[in-house]
Amino acid sequence: MELIAFYIFAAIVTVSALAVVAARNPVHSVLWLILAFFTSAGLLVLIGAEFLAMLLVVVYVGAVAVLFLFVVMMLDVDFVELKQGFLSYLPFGALIGIAFIAEIALAGFARGSGNMAQFDASPGAETNTEAIGQVMYTDYFLLFQLAGLILLVAMIGAIVLTLRHKPGVKRQNIAKQTARRRRDATEAVQVEPGKGL
Amino acid sequence: MSGLIENNGLLIGWLLVLGQIGLFTLVLSLSIAFLLLLDRKVWAAVMMRKGPNVVGPFGLMQSFADFGKFLLKEIIIPAGANKTVFLLAPILTLTLAFAAWAAIPVAPGWVISDLNVGILYLFAISSLGVYGIIMGGWASNSKYPFLGSLRSAAQMVSYEVSIGLIIVTVILLAGSMNLTTIVDNQGGGFWTWHLFSFNNILMFPVMVVVFVMFFVSALAETNRPPFDLPEAESELVAGYQVEYSSTPYLLFMFGEYLNIVLMCAMMTLLFLGGWHGPIALGSDFVNQFPAWIVNLGHVAWFMAKIVFFFFLFALVKAIVPRYRYDQLMRLGWKIFLPTALAAVVIVGGYVVYAGVQT
Repeated sequence: MELIAFYIFAAIVTVSALAVVAARNPVHSVLWLILAFFTSAGLLVLIGAEFLAMLLVVVYVGAVAVLFLFVVMMLDVDFVELKQGFLSYLPFGALIGIAFIAEIALAGFARGSGNMAQFDASPGAETNTEAIGQVMYTDYFLLFQLAGLILLVAMIGAIVLTLRHKPGVKRQNIAKQTARRRRDATEAVQVEPGKGL
Repeated sequence: MSGLIENNGLLIGWLLVLGQIGLFTLVLSLSIAFLLLLDRKVWAAVMMRKGPNVVGPFGLMQSFADFGKFLLKEIIIPAGANKTVFLLAPILTLTLAFAAWAAIPVAPGWVISDLNVGILYLFAISSLGVYGIIMGGWASNSKYPFLGSLRSAAQMVSYEVSIGLIIVTVILLAGSMNLTTIVDNQGGGFWTWHLFSFNNILMFPVMVVVFVMFFVSALAETNRPPFDLPEAESELVAGYQVEYSSTPYLLFMFGEYLNIVLMCAMMTLLFLGGWHGPIALGSDFVNQFPAWIVNLGHVAWFMAKIVFFFFLFALVKAIVPRYRYDQLMRLGWKIFLPTALAAVVIVGGYVVYAGVQT
């Protein structure tokens, strides 16, 4: 049962990953990428890492890929122009691809038999969630905090780079808007006939 | 659920599993039909109208008449649309909406899949709901749907953040991500419900604030008024649904209502004690009755709470005027996010230093 599920998931991941590269429309590429992410979450569930699987879906599929799709949809893509550069990029792309395959093969051989059943997704704890919490928040707490700090610095850097205060732009001041009352905006005037204001 | 296969052999076990899923889907679909009617009736009552009252007694069959109408009309696909994605979007919305319900326990043990990370699963699946809207808006190849889907993408991603942090506070109090355990943590009468949490009295003000934020975020997450900017009819005609007609539109609407009821169910499970009644009857009294009667009582409480929340959703739709988009973003990022973060810190500190009485 597990084996059948594994092969189904693995086949879908491979096909959708190929389709990411092969699809002509960039939006279709992103949609295939989302399918690949989602199916890899299924693979993670199969090896017992259910917490990681859910995080993959929440973070990558639910947030990162949405923003990705958001950006790609806004692009004004010229399909003819996009295909022209294919041959010039081919050697570089092939190089990266070969490097990837070599690394995966190396890892596979180094693990020896590479049996899925020997893998323990939650070493030293009952569930995968506990095991990850133990490692991240207890054993390697300092490194985890450092990684968070680095991310914070990157975030502040991005904000500083893009934040511009243009003079003369009208901005909403919510406090001022909600503080506005009827008597500030309207005035009752008795207009005499034939005179006007 | 997994016990069914182990106890009955492979073939009969699988048939039982499929039957269980089919029954749950059927009950859910029928409930949605009547909840839709309730939504329209409440809306009508607030406006001092009668609402749908022609089909069947009190208009009870209205949803079924609408269903037939949607099925029989012609499916129109715009000429410039991306046909595959255009049709895939509503199907995806409906599938995800149903898939999320697999982890919802309606009574002790009455759940299709009792996941260890049930609440994370719900959160993950509901965060995927945005894809149906984005795909539909993009594939329509038209301006209003596209604008609607862009708005929706930004809105749902923003409010997911606060929903996630609020869920963390509940997980901290319950000490588990399993929905059954979270509900059982609130089993001692209404004062132990996470909304009130009188047994951890210091947490009472925090949890009430957190619950209100969850309710508002749920409104935003399901694109309900006052946050229905993706389909604001005064600006975007009907947003991402403009080009949809007949069955695809039906699927979109059905998925949307399923998601709304799912949010009601999540609020019930996380804050209002799930299937537990407001007063714990004690095991001596309960054990007099056969197990299935007790469980039906649990289901009744669960459904009553969901209907109550749905009624609130319907009232909000009728009463509150629509937000402006910048106000929506401000509320999500500048008010809800810091408050939810503070709540996580406070609840976390309380759990560690004061210990939780469960």
